[in-house]
Amino acid sequence: MALLEVRNIKKNFGKTEVLKGIDFELEKGEVLAIIGSSGSGKTTLLRCLNFLETADKGSIYVDGETVFDADVEYNDNEIREKRLKFGLVFQSFNLFPQYNVMENLTLAPTLALKKKKLSGVEKKVALESIDQKAVELLERVGLSDKSNAYPCELSGGQQQRVAIARALVMQPEILCFDEPTSALDPELTGEVLRVIKGLKGEDHTMIVVTHEMEFAKNVADKVIFMADGVIEEIGTPDEVFGAPKSEKTKAFLSNSLEKI
Amino acid sequence: MGFWEVTLSLLKGLEQTCLIFALTLVLALPLGLVISFGSMSKFKPLAYITKIFVWIIRGVPLMLQVIIVFYVPGYFLGTPLFSRFGSVIAAFVINYACYFSEIYRGGIESIAKGQYEAGQVLGMTKSQIFFKVVLMQVVKRILAPMSNEVITLVKDTALARVIMIVEIIKAAQEFAAYGLMWPLFYTAVFYLVFVGLLSLLFGFFEKKLNYYKA
Ligand SMILES: Nc1ncnc2c1ncn2[C@@H]1O[C@H](COP(=O)(O)OP(=O)(O)O)[C@@H](O)[C@H]1O
Ligand SMILES: [Mg+2]
Repeated sequence: MALLEVRNIKKNFGKTEVLKGIDFELEKGEVLAIIGSSGSGKTTLLRCLNFLETADKGSIYVDGETVFDADVEYNDNEIREKRLKFGLVFQSFNLFPQYNVMENLTLAPTLALKKKKLSGVEKKVALESIDQKAVELLERVGLSDKSNAYPCELSGGQQQRVAIARALVMQPEILCFDEPTSALDPELTGEVLRVIKGLKGEDHTMIVVTHEMEFAKNVADKVIFMADGVIEEIGTPDEVFGAPKSEKTKAFLSNSLEKI
Repeated sequence: MGFWEVTLSLLKGLEQTCLIFALTLVLALPLGLVISFGSMSKFKPLAYITKIFVWIIRGVPLMLQVIIVFYVPGYFLGTPLFSRFGSVIAAFVINYACYFSEIYRGGIESIAKGQYEAGQVLGMTKSQIFFKVVLMQVVKRILAPMSNEVITLVKDTALARVIMIVEIIKAAQEFAAYGLMWPLFYTAVFYLVFVGLLSLLFGFFEKKLNYYKA
């Protein structure tokens, strides 16, 4: 059974249909790259998965469990619990500027502890394990020496790597990236893409919206090309990049290659 | 009338000035936050009512508001609702809470949507996001306009004399009745010291929050 099943997701903003029925599946440990021109609905799809938008129709299953069904009303608590199946790394990082790197990583899990009723000892153990996890993740993204730095003291590439570590602290089943390198200077995209590539080796399931075609080709197991709110083409990188079936895909790909 | 005698009497007035200042701040700072939530409410009628209220309070001179609070309830009830001092505090608190609420609103609305969304996707509750993520950033951004407003409050306390509260100016004017003008000018020294200390305090806070940029 697929780890993630997305069924017939539709989303309107007023009268504009932004997602017109999105269907796909993702196996555990797979990396899905979503490509497509701007305005095709890629961000909206990730936001629906992360409950930042509520889809009007459709359902989402993780590991066989229904995490979202448009016909059901969820309260804030349910949403908070269900959205933790997903993590989201934003184009603009969105680190918390008043906290240092370490605090950015530990804030959310520490606050989550407060919701649980734990004894003093249990709490201490839990806090220590959060710290340990954060230290490991910082090392994982190559920023151990920056744990006391503030976001304003970091380069864009470093900030984005902190944001990735921050998302991973919550141990999401599926980590989503919305154009993680689009806000970066060209010379900084490599360090971020390498981190994402490295996570694939550790069996993380990921969805990456990207304009980096080489990255999609080389790292993804599956590629979706979106156009006007529908999945225009889906397949392995070889299929989508090597032998696209749809005219729109061909036009988009030749356009993106032309720019280079 | 000697210098020390005058100074002593002005210090008594200053005590009232400080009391009005401190009580107004302590009550108006949190009330302003409540009002700012009202004006930002997604429930539109509440937002409109709050905005109209803020418009009225900011549109009418504070001196007139003090007079209204003290005299108007008396017309209807036969006796005043508040004592003189109570009327001053009530009028000042409402007035300053409205000014503060607009500063808070500006600060809160200036925080990027991405900050809330980052908190949300990490599973934080709305109140955790507000208190742990947003509030500190708001405080940093509103420090300068708030310090302006607080300094204005120091000098606005002089309006309390319209309903016979003997704050420092009123205390000085009582000497003027005997032809002694200099105590009135002398009060400026007290205001300058008061405002000077506040400026130092705000400067200290600003430095404290300078450890990050955003
Ligand atoms: N909150 C919103 N309100 C109204 N329209 C929106 C909103 N968010 C996105 N849209 C519209 O939906 C379409 C798809 O946007 P988006 O998902 O951001 O596309 P992409 O990420 O592929 O560039 C665009 O036409 C955009 O203008
Ligand atoms: Mg987008």
